[in-house]
Amino acid sequence: MSDPLAVPPAGPAPEREVATDMVRRALPVAPVLVVAAALPWGLDGALSAAFAVGVVVANFLLAAFLLETAARLGHGAVMGAALFGYVLRLALIGAAVWAVKDLSWVEPLPLGLTLIVTHLGLLLWELRYVSASLAFPGLKPGATKESASR
Amino acid sequence: MLANLAILAQEAAEEGITNTGLAALTYGIAALGPGIGIGYLVGQSVQAMARQPEAAGMVRTTMFLGIAFVEALALIGFVVFFLGQA
Repeated sequence: MSDPLAVPPAGPAPEREVATDMVRRALPVAPVLVVAAALPWGLDGALSAAFAVGVVVANFLLAAFLLETAARLGHGAVMGAALFGYVLRLALIGAAVWAVKDLSWVEPLPLGLTLIVTHLGLLLWELRYVSASLAFPGLKPGATKESASR
Repeated sequence: MLANLAILAQEAAEEGITNTGLAALTYGIAALGPGIGIGYLVGQSVQAMARQPEAAGMVRTTMFLGIAFVEALALIGFVVFFLGQA
């Protein structure tokens, strides 16, 4: 009997789809956040907000890439990729913010707030879409009759 | 609990532990919870995929979003740490 943890999960990889969806949604939101940060903090705030949006988007893409790659290897790899990926991505976010924190254009408050607002905002937005398409697959944009009946 | 934290902060101040050290310690503690959460979440998801492979797509979608939500807690901890530094 084969090791169940070494068996790759069946089916298509949804992580990349979810992550690219979130990146697509971030594109129109980013200018709004940048302008919102520019109002009280000026150009420095705008640059800091733009940097934060970039960090969040890169974080989502890296998470999707790690999980998708691990899923091809097996369930055990998914477990490892999720846990070590969490540590790795936190370290990368920390390093990215740490690398720029002393630069002249960095405003800590808009940088920090944009990190949290973008991360949670994009997630909630995607969650609305995902929960609707899981509950009513036929309503998913681009869904065919065949995929809806699956 | 609050009294204990106050005593810890007082001891830290007496021993010359800086705000940076305390902020780093707080961030470390803040990262523990999400680590446990992600471990539990992914463990349950892997079990669900092993039991019901045909639902793997749905499980992986919700697992990915769940991981990102749990990670938001750690991100908030990091931002508080970062703002405490600034």
